[in-house]
Parts: sequence; structure tokens; C-alpha cells
Amino acid sequence: MTLINTVSPDFPPTHIAGWFIFNTWLQNTLNERVRLELHDSFSQQQDAIQSDGVDMIYANPADAALLVREKGFVGVARPANHADEAVIVVADSSPVQAVEDLSPEVRIALTAQPDVNTMGMIMLEPADVTPSTATKLERDTYVLVAKALMDGDADVGFFLKDAYENLSSIVRSKLRVLVTSDIQVVRHGLMLGPRMQQHRQVLLDALLNMNSTENGKEILSNLGFDAWEEFRSEDVEFMIDLMETLTT
Amino acid sequence: MVIKDITAADVSGDYETREITFHDGSTRTVLVVDEEVPYPDGRLIVSVTDLEGRITECNKSFVDMSAYSREELIGAQQCILRHPDIPSEIYADLWSTIKAGNKWQGYIKNLRKDGRYYWVLATIIPTVRDGEIVGYASVRRKPSRKKIEEFVAQHLSA
Repeated sequence: MTLINTVSPDFPPTHIAGWFIFNTWLQNTLNERVRLELHDSFSQQQDAIQSDGVDMIYANPADAALLVREKGFVGVARPANHADEAVIVVADSSPVQAVEDLSPEVRIALTAQPDVNTMGMIMLEPADVTPSTATKLERDTYVLVAKALMDGDADVGFFLKDAYENLSSIVRSKLRVLVTSDIQVVRHGLMLGPRMQQHRQVLLDALLNMNSTENGKEILSNLGFDAWEEFRSEDVEFMIDLMETLTT
Repeated sequence: MVIKDITAADVSGDYETREITFHDGSTRTVLVVDEEVPYPDGRLIVSVTDLEGRITECNKSFVDMSAYSREELIGAQQCILRHPDIPSEIYADLWSTIKAGNKWQGYIKNLRKDGRYYWVLATIIPTVRDGEIVGYASVRRKPSRKKIEEFVAQHLSA
């Protein structure tokens, strides 16, 4: 049997090689055949989850409820001290200086990253912006979100903070951060489906020890983390509760 | 329930002495300063309570905005933040909603330890584990001024 590993499509493109290296490490650690399948979009990934075509996933927190409640996944580990934060950005030439300056009919450029979009919409609520008043312009990448702002097609853009900071300095010089989230508790995590849960303890022990070897540190570096910590059942449940409070 | 009163040593500037009566008939004396502390952009105030409303976890934003220390907050009743301007009917509705297993959302004026206040849009859900409600999770975010003005006109106008 070949197990299927996947990664939430919002991971930075610079980390693709890192996830393939991680998958090789995973096979050696578990002595199992594991294939890494990457999806181009959240909808493709959802289809794979729904058809039971995923055994392990580095999951966006917005997908935790589906994975746990409907598909029987459990958490195993998550990056230590690594929260998802969002930034709301305007063109540098924009007259908008604060969220409250925006009109409820704001045009938002965004990607399909669900947790960033949830945090972004919450940060626009003080301007009476709601999903029904705003116009959402979905783009495939954060570079295209930046372009929409620079071209004047959108009033604000939603970015994952890390992705915004990875834009070139030339692009960032034409943009301005309006507000940055400081939520601290919205985080991705590694989760295991039913066919893989027999390996949870072995995998957890190996992940927690990853930063104690030079090879492990290099794998972590290629993923953009320093270390893993346990993603306990209660942590997963709290994440599901948190996302529920944020989506209304 | 017993919640420590706010004393003159906790506040600065002009204040008004008020008394809050809780659902169980107990009371708390608070000192109220007519000064709003702006809700900081980008923050979420998060806390978890047990079934009786005692705070079991809270994040740094909760601590910062409350003006209490984390040690004072953990184990305290969530209503340590209750402002006397908010009618008790609002809290009665909140508790009946979440005890029934449902989500409650509304605007709340919270009282800080220093007598000043801040407005939030609060969302509270029951935390259900193995089919049982074991406590409540609360997330507060920055509210719309327009919505606060509407709330004040509807509920707080004398």
C-alpha cells in the first residue's frame, strides 16, 4: 500500500524541494511507501480529501474541522513558534491611512488561502466591510495580488505576512501595510488520516527529535521552521473552535 | 461569586463608584473612569473558561487590554471584566444561549482594572469534547464604531 502525503497549497513555492526531501525522510522513518502529491488549489485538495485520497496533510487551520469531524484525522505535530499572520496592504499612493478610511464597498485582491482571508475580513470589520459589501478579486499568487494593487484594480490586498515579506523590495516599495494581524494562535499542523495513525507515536518522536541532528536541521530549514512541537488532540479541537468563532 | 473590588489605588483620574449585582445576587464595587481605551488593530482577545465561567486560558492580548496580570486573571470569573453600563439582560441572553449549546455574538463594553473601558465584538461558543460541553471559548475583535453607536442607542441610552 502506498500512503499519500500532501501539503496545503498555500506553502511558499521556495519550499517545494523541502517538502520532497521531508517526504523521503518520512519514508525512511516509517519504512513505508509514501507519495507526496501536491495540489494546485484548495478545491483540488478538498476533492482529494473528500475522496479519501489523503493519508497525511500539512493542513491549513481552516481545513481542520473537515479533516477531524468528517474524515477521522488526528494531529501529530506543528511547527513550534510559527503562527499564520495576515497583512492588509494598499498601494503606496493610496489615500487610505487606516482601515476606518475604507468604504464598505472595498475591492479586495486575495488568494484562495482560507485562514488569511478570514483574518483579513475580520480586520476590515471596523470599516463595516462584510462579504456582501466587498468585491473579492481572487488571484492565483500573492505576486498577482500585489499587481492588482499597483494597477489600481483593487483597493486593498490580503497577504500571508511571510509571503508579503518575501516579495521583492521593488514591489514592496510600491505598497504600504495598512494593518498586520497579531493573533498568535492560527497555525498549520501535520495531521494523519486513519490509514496512517498507527505510526503516530513513532512519527511524533522522530519529528520532535528532528532539530537534534544536522540532517534534521537542514530538512527543517528547507521547510522554513526551526522545530516541531506536538499537535495534541486538544490543540486541534481548540483550532476548530477558534476558526468557528472567526467565520461568523 | 467573589470578585475583588476595584479600589482607588487601581485607577487614576476622576472616577465614579458603581455596584454590579451578579446573577447569583453577589455584588462587586467597581470604580469607573469615563475614558475609552482604543482596541488595537490586528489583535484578537482569546480566552477559555470552564462551565462556571472561570478563566482557564487567555492570550497576551487579553491580559494587555484588561490591565490585570495573567496571575490575577487565571481562575477568576470572566465577569471580572463586566462593565456596569451593560444591562444584565445582555449577559442573561449570552449565558442562556451558550448553555443551550449555541454560539452567541454581540457587542460588549468591558471594564479594565484601571476603571477605563474598551468595546469588543465578542463571539462565544461552547467547547464540546466527547459530546459534552466542558467550557466556553471566547474571541473578541475590534468592532465597527457604527455598530457600537447603534448598540449604545438601543441598549445604553437613558
